[in-house]
Parts: sequence; C-alpha cells; structure tokens
Amino acid sequence: MIRFDSVTKTYPKQNHPALRDVSLEIEKGEFVFLVGSSGSGKSTFLRLILREERTDTGAVHVLGKDLARLSNWKVPHMRRQLGTVFQDFRLLPNKTVAENVAFALEVIGKPRGTIRKTVPEVLDLVGLAGKEDRMPGELSGGEQQRVAIARAFVNRPMLLIADEPTGNLDPQTSVGIMRLLDRINRTGTTVVMATHDQNIVDQMRKRVIELEKGRLVRDQSRGVYGYQH
Amino acid sequence: MRLQFVLSEIGVGLRRNLTMTFAVIISVALSLALTGGALLANKQVNAMKGYWYDKVQVTIYMCNKADASTTPSCDKGAVTDDQKKSILADLKKLPVVERVYYESAEQAYKRYQEQFKGNPLASTVTPDQMQENYRVKLKDPTKFEIVASAFAGRPGIQTVEDQRKVLQNLFDLLNGMTRVAYVVLAFMLTVAMLLIVNTVRVSAFSRRRETGIMRLVGASSFYIQMPFIAEAAFAGLVGAALACAMLLGGRYFLIDKGLRLQEKIPLVSFIGWDAVVTVLPLVLLIGVLMPALAAFIALRRYLKV
Repeated sequence: MIRFDSVTKTYPKQNHPALRDVSLEIEKGEFVFLVGSSGSGKSTFLRLILREERTDTGAVHVLGKDLARLSNWKVPHMRRQLGTVFQDFRLLPNKTVAENVAFALEVIGKPRGTIRKTVPEVLDLVGLAGKEDRMPGELSGGEQQRVAIARAFVNRPMLLIADEPTGNLDPQTSVGIMRLLDRINRTGTTVVMATHDQNIVDQMRKRVIELEKGRLVRDQSRGVYGYQH
Repeated sequence: MRLQFVLSEIGVGLRRNLTMTFAVIISVALSLALTGGALLANKQVNAMKGYWYDKVQVTIYMCNKADASTTPSCDKGAVTDDQKKSILADLKKLPVVERVYYESAEQAYKRYQEQFKGNPLASTVTPDQMQENYRVKLKDPTKFEIVASAFAGRPGIQTVEDQRKVLQNLFDLLNGMTRVAYVVLAFMLTVAMLLIVNTVRVSAFSRRRETGIMRLVGASSFYIQMPFIAEAAFAGLVGAALACAMLLGGRYFLIDKGLRLQEKIPLVSFIGWDAVVTVLPLVLLIGVLMPALAAFIALRRYLKV
C-alpha cells in the first residue's frame, strides 16, 4: 500500500533534513499511528504520500505506484484514491454539510445521480443523518470533523490519511472520531494517522511509527505512544 | 464536467471581485475600442486612396466629348486614337517615367462606382462623363513637374493631375493618428493584462480554501484553473461587446448622425457598415483570448495545482 525506501527530504534553505533515510512498509488494511514531537517529520511524511512534496533521494510507492515517476497530470487521479482529513477540518463555510461532501464528487466530475445517492449514505455512515442541510458553523467540532471524514471517505478510498484529526477536539469527542476511523478501517481502508494524543494511541493498540528529528526511531505493532516527549 | 456547477462557481467568483471585474471590463473595452478604431482608420485611408493611389503618381486625363466647351485644349472634341498614340509614345520617352497604365472611360466608371459605393455621388455619374486616362508611375515621385510641363495644354489632354497633392497631407495626418493610437493601445493592453493578472491573483487568493480542497480530493488542474480562466474570458467578452458597441456607435455618430461627415464631405468615400462589422469578430476574439491567456499566465504563478 505504502512503501518508503531510504527516503531523505530536505526543504530548500534548511540545513537539517526533514526526513532522513526512512524505510518502511504499510500493508493494505493496516491502521498506523504516526507519532513524534513537532518538527519530527510527521507532516513531511504525509505530504510525501500525498505527493505535495517530492523526495530528494529514495523512493515512495503509494498504491503500487512510484510517485517519483508519476507525471504531474496523473497526480489528481492518484489523489482520488486517497482520502485526507486535517486538524482544521477544511470545510467550505458557505456550503451545507451535504454540499461540502458533494463538492468532492462534483469537482472530479461524478454524475449527479451518483452524488445524490452516495452523499446521504456516507453522512449516515459517519453519524450525521438528518444534518445534511446544516452549515458547518452550526456544528460542533466533532461533527465538523465527521463531515470532513465523510468527504474523505465518499469516494471509498483505499487509503485514508489523517493529520491530527483529533487535535482540536476534546477527549470525549476524540473517542467518537476514533471509533469512526476504526470502523472505516474495518471496511478495508488503510488508515495512516499522525497524532499527539497519547490516550488514543494507548487505547487503540495499533501499529505505531515514531519519528524523531526526521529519523524512524520506532516501528512497533500493537504499540503505545511511548516515551514522554 | 458539470456545466451548471462550473457556471455557478464563475458567477460567485465574478461577484466577489466586482470592482476588479469592472476595472477589467472597462480597460478591455477601451483598449479594444482603440484597436478597432485604429483598424478602421486604416480601412478609411485605404477606402479614400481608391484603386490607383499607391500605384501611380500622375494621372493624365484625356478629353471626352463633354470637355470640348470647357477646356481650350479639348476644342476639337474627344481625344483621337492618333493623339493617344503620340501621348503614349512621348510618355515612354521620358526617362523619369517608370510605367504607364491605360484606363478606358468604362474602366474608370467601374472603379468609381466601386469606390463610392453607397455614396449618392455614385448614381449621379454616367460612363460618358468619365475620361480615358493614362496613369503614370514615376521613378522619382517628386518629379511631377516634368510630366506636367511636358503634357499640360497639349491637344487631347484635359488635365495633368498630381495624385498626391490633394490627399497626401490628410493621409499623413490619419496615419500619424493611427500610429499614436497604436502606441496608446499598446499601453492600454498592457494595463488591461496587468489588471487581469492582479484580479486573478486576488481571486485565487480569496478562493485558496476551495482550490486547496479541490486539490485534496483530486480535481484535475484543468478543473481547478478553468473557473478563473472562464471568469477572465467572460469579463473580457463583456468588455469586447462594449468595444463593439463603441465602434458601431462611433461610426454612426461621426458619419451618419451627429457630426454628419458624409453629408458635409460628400466627395470622400467613407467606410461602410460592412467594414465596421468585419472588424467586430476580431475585437471579440481578442477580447476573449487575451484575458484568458493573461489568467492562464497568472495562475501558473499564483495557483498551486
């Protein structure tokens, strides 16, 4: 599903690489936590998977494709097979819940009939049935994140990337979001989630990958958040 | 791709940037009106030059029947074949003459009708009022006097006319104005382009949230860029339509009504509506393509896809 082969990435005008010599493999259907302090390279790791950035040396394979060899115009097609969720939700404030989810399908040219059918389905799945016509501003943080997850999942992606999805949420709400991500994982979707939330990692007992100053320092199945940082 | 969705996005974008959109429309309209005006001025000059102007410098009009009473050198009536032959032979002997064209009265009539098509003058002239003539091209255009002194007053010749004398100053003026118009319009087009680039930049910035999400969910770069380009093209089209209206209105008020130039200067063949109409598609095309191109260039810099 995802393979990093000795990946090194240095941003322009930076002395220290954001990632150095990272190699790992994530299999289909896995649930993986990506932990590490700020600046450890988590975001770079995710940006490389999304091909927002490219490696200096080493190769990143996602869904069986070498991203270095993927031409620019094919990148959108690759991204359609990924779902992404962020800490700040990234919803459109002037569109309703249903429109926000439908937007993801509209911009990739899905026919209207498909949109009308799938949007309620996926909103039901994330537990937002009946809130289709609400505006994001009227929803709680947890509900907004559910909209974002619905949008990420509406295309039934093979891989879901979540960058601190519970970062803005209280612990109670976070548990609900994690249950949802776990459910999505059980449908066969691979989930890679960067997080700082120790409780969640310790409770879920999933694979944990830890980065420190750009290096892979721990890769543990059924791991815990680990050492205090 | 869903048209309705795209159109609604364009509408939202244009309304959000209303003042900038107006600025784009007006600057495009003015620069295109100037472009069209310069093109039409050019056509006007060509229309006034008629068929012979750029080809010859001197015209020798020979007598026809009607000239007998008015011109002393024509007192024997219309020019004879012998006279024509000797005039031609003498013309060819002059070293300053490069080439001589002969135009019969019939041909002269046809060209006249063509040049003054739609002008009331055309219908008042009959073929037998026209004169046979020799159109003379000189090796040195300033040497008109040589030809004039050699042929003026000769039996069978009504007048020797320096073609350039009458209209050259006017054409110099028109051409000069056209050149000034080109310079001004180059500046105006630059201003319009810069305005469009800036408008697209602001537009892309104010919509970075949408475009960011579009990128995330895998919209193609064409799909992301298209609304911006379509917005610019639409604003350009509105500007171009205004420019067309200005051109049509300009011809109407200068030539037909308002200044009534056609009425005041009936001797000049003014460009017709057909000339104005042929310029309009070009104006519209430039009006759509130029802003679209400017938007495309701006997006390469300001919109990450």
